[in-house]
Amino acid sequence: MTSLTLVRRIKARPSVVFDAVTTAEGIAQWWGPDAGPVLIAEADPRKGGRYRVRFRLLDGTEHECSGEYLDVVRPERVVMSWRWLGGQEDPNESRVEIALRPVAEGTEITLTHSRLDDETRRSHEEGWTGALNKLEALFAAGEAA
Amino acid sequence: MVNYQRRLDRTFAALVDPTRRAILAQLERKDSASVGELAEPFAIKLPAVMKHLSVLADAGLITRTKSGRTVTVRLRPQPMREAMAWLSRYERFWAGSLDRLADYAERQEAESQKKGA
Repeated sequence: MTSLTLVRRIKARPSVVFDAVTTAEGIAQWWGPDAGPVLIAEADPRKGGRYRVRFRLLDGTEHECSGEYLDVVRPERVVMSWRWLGGQEDPNESRVEIALRPVAEGTEITLTHSRLDDETRRSHEEGWTGALNKLEALFAAGEAA
Repeated sequence: MVNYQRRLDRTFAALVDPTRRAILAQLERKDSASVGELAEPFAIKLPAVMKHLSVLADAGLITRTKSGRTVTVRLRPQPMREAMAWLSRYERFWAGSLDRLADYAERQEAESQKKGA
């Protein structure tokens, strides 16, 4: 299964992180990979509710993603479906799960973006992350050749 | 775009199998290998290895050249590069977003501590 998992530690309580993740006000402050602005942030963080975020990158391009909240447990876990508008990047629907765990310095956040493609979703659930390291090595070898 | 997506699906489907990844890893270490050499480390029969090689070839991940009775297999890294680039776009998106999320949440926390004090 094609998925991507990132783990970070944040010096804030899980409830503070949870609200930053799930409220429109919070989303407007951080959504997007660079310092470009969030243009639209809408969120209705309850099971069956929807969200929509439009943001602009520093290169000037605009992107929009939206989806449905599949599970919301404050302040532990939020699961949402994900789709890019226009399907330019990727036409499939994928799934984002954010889990929060209290740790001494605040919160450990684990983000998993999964079902990144249909074909492998149907295949068996082979851990992808370990394979990724190998692939990267392979990739680097190909580059050097 | 649809073709690109199909190509990616094929690449990922080919890579999801551990035997096929092990074959690719072998090819990464050597420049090229014969089918017999590739089959050696596995406890599976030659026809099964041939089947895996066909999947890898269909995904464009390897090339097979026949010379006499020997088939030489080589790695073709281009589809992998595409798959990696595609995945790393998501990784960049979330790595950047999580950095910003951490900054924002930590500011919020500091403010609420100040208010509480």
